[in-house]
Amino acid sequence: MAAVKETVDQVRAIDVDQYKYGFETDIESERARKGLGEDVIRFISAKKNEPEWMLEWRLDAYKRWLTMEEPTWARVHYPQIDFQDIYYYAAPKSTPGPKSLDEVDPELLKTYEKLGIPLREQAVLAGVEGAKVAVDAVFDSVSVVTTFREELSKHGIIFCSISEAMREHPDLVKKYLGSVVPVTDNYYATLNSAVFSDGSFVYIPEGVRCPMELSTYFRINEKKTGQFERTLIIAEKGSYVSYLEGCTAPQRDENQLHAAVVELVAMEDAEIKYSTVQNWYPGDKDGKGGIYNFVTKRGDCRGDRSKISWTQVETGSAITWKYPSCILRGDDSKGEFYSIAVSNGRQQVDSGTKMIHLGKRTSSRIISKGISAGHSQNTYRGQVKVNRKADGARSFTNCDSLLIGHDCGAHTVPYLESGNPRAKVEHEATTSKISDDQLFYCISRGLDPEEAVALIVNGFVRDVLQQLPMEFAVEAQKLIGVSLEGSVG
Amino acid sequence: MLEIKNLHAEIENEGREILRGLDLVVKSGEVHAIMGPNGAGKSTLSHVLAGKPGYRVTDGAAMLDGVDILDMDPSLRAANGVFLAFQYPVEIPGVANMTFLKAALNAQRKARGQDEISTPDFMRLVRTEAGKLKITQDMLKRPVNVGFSGGEKKRNEILQMAILQPKLCILDETDSGLDIDALKVVSDGVNALRAPNRSFIVITHYQRLLDHIRPDVVHVLSKGRIVKTGGPELALELEAKGYADYASEEAA
Ligand SMILES: Nc1ncnc2c1ncn2[C@@H]1O[C@H](COP(=O)(O)OP(=O)(O)OP(=O)(O)O)[C@@H](O)[C@H]1O
Ligand SMILES: [Mg+2]
Repeated sequence: MAAVKETVDQVRAIDVDQYKYGFETDIESERARKGLGEDVIRFISAKKNEPEWMLEWRLDAYKRWLTMEEPTWARVHYPQIDFQDIYYYAAPKSTPGPKSLDEVDPELLKTYEKLGIPLREQAVLAGVEGAKVAVDAVFDSVSVVTTFREELSKHGIIFCSISEAMREHPDLVKKYLGSVVPVTDNYYATLNSAVFSDGSFVYIPEGVRCPMELSTYFRINEKKTGQFERTLIIAEKGSYVSYLEGCTAPQRDENQLHAAVVELVAMEDAEIKYSTVQNWYPGDKDGKGGIYNFVTKRGDCRGDRSKISWTQVETGSAITWKYPSCILRGDDSKGEFYSIAVSNGRQQVDSGTKMIHLGKRTSSRIISKGISAGHSQNTYRGQVKVNRKADGARSFTNCDSLLIGHDCGAHTVPYLESGNPRAKVEHEATTSKISDDQLFYCISRGLDPEEAVALIVNGFVRDVLQQLPMEFAVEAQKLIGVSLEGSVG
Repeated sequence: MLEIKNLHAEIENEGREILRGLDLVVKSGEVHAIMGPNGAGKSTLSHVLAGKPGYRVTDGAAMLDGVDILDMDPSLRAANGVFLAFQYPVEIPGVANMTFLKAALNAQRKARGQDEISTPDFMRLVRTEAGKLKITQDMLKRPVNVGFSGGEKKRNEILQMAILQPKLCILDETDSGLDIDALKVVSDGVNALRAPNRSFIVITHYQRLLDHIRPDVVHVLSKGRIVKTGGPELALELEAKGYADYASEEAA
């Protein structure tokens, strides 16, 4: 098997150089030592068999990171993170999973059932040992993936893991990695640059319209990407791609800290549509054990008439810190941000977008729907910045918050900065509550209280749901319902 | 058949008693009109029967075909055939009227252990019933009651009733806000639903509705009790004389 050979080669190559790198960690071990240091970064890079320049890149990032401070401006509160108390690299499947579905948390299974996930897939999602193989056998997903890849390569499209891209397409990676989110961008992005585990790489050649939605799902036979994911998507002149990230099934992870970076580059007349469903474990009723999700996502509309739209459905994580943004560099380029952020329990969400208008006649459109329930706090933070030279720039923001119950909070923090007097920047915001009368109206027609809330909320987020690819939208709709369970007495 | 016995109910937060020993029997197939002065407790009765929060039942029972509905969750009452056409129908932004109807129907079917209705069957059903009530395709696609005129909202209530096929239909001032033509359309809709296994409670202030929907029995509700019961002629008498004979609302 290729993969096995690869590992063997890798281990051998490293063995020779072991002294040079001053390894103290056993390279055969499945995990890097706890904590962060140059040795750990070297370990990760070696494990992934990366070229020298990549290692340098990581080390530079690390040095930078040491001089930076954790940002505190977001409306989120959490205990101090001890960055030395985290494992930064663990080989996939290094921790044993449950032996069968009987050993899986029944609560989790109940949720899967509500989301309509078939039994076999439930086993895979819950990490039952050996389940993946069984699913492959049943659905023949290996061959599905192969057919899928063949179809893509016919069009010259590259879709692979970023580690693979580094080896197979080093020029592309070198050219674009860090070109949208610089290594020094922010605390978490810099950390990610130093230690990223894996992620996706997409390249759409000039004039090609990607014939299918690219979904991380098709990468399931690749290794688990881990807590520091890195994604890079490049759409050449006149190309189009729609990319789906995440899934509606609740995802658990032994790693509490997640800091992903996503970079998009759209050249002239290119369009990238990036859709996310995020449903990381939000923690228990008191918010304990949930994932901290600090994400940097940015798109660069580099070419004239290019377009990038972000659509996100955020329901998970204890803490979400995430602002998918667009740099509207090309003339007549367009940026869009459609967001649904649901918070319940003790979740804290601070999310929004940044639209930076640099080119002439650039336009941006922001539709944000925040839903807060339980004891959660949900903040929309959005920045629209119009450069002096961006004549004819237009921006429209609509930001609606819906409150369920009395103990949650919704906050809207817009930053408008216009350096061009002729730019047209509009901002609308509303905050509403699900009224008892609305609830009773639905219930009196036969819906139970949870169905009623789900229906009303789905009405509230309809504008954004419509932006999602059909199947994703249907799943997301169910997910929103499930996420709000227990939010009405 | 609905049998209400000695029903006492109060406003939960204030402890003020509104229904004070109300008795009422509505046989299957019958239409009963309830009239009475403002604040007498008519809407309260309809809310208590439908299970709206905010009221506390302190005594009595309301048996629908032998089962006390007052112990049931409101959604279960709906599945068991209780339907209230609201005096003030609520708007639900973003939820298409059609989606709402289907969700409601399927929720009730599920509670009764029936399969979901198929989409073609549902579409056929809605089209037929909407046609009878002069409800346009556009109104079916629009969000529930949002931007509907007063009369459109009331017609929409009757559409829901026609789709859900309840055993007990309670109409709370469905005639208010209706123009003359709409009154006829709504009344025809209600009359079409009259059936041997269905009972109606029609709350109204005006004879003109009862000209279209002929009641079998007319009651006067005052101070939380049924104080007089008669035939259709009672409504005419009230129209002529008012409620003076039935000691109106007490000063609170
Ligand atoms: N939720 C509530 N909180 C406080 N008071 C209430 C509430 N609901 C009803 N009431 C009071 O109960 C009494 C009966 O009200 P109800 O709405 O049942 O009268 P009605 O007979 O329907 O009158 P109308 O003919 O004006 O519709 C009134 O005094 C009203 O103010
Ligand atoms: Mg009333």
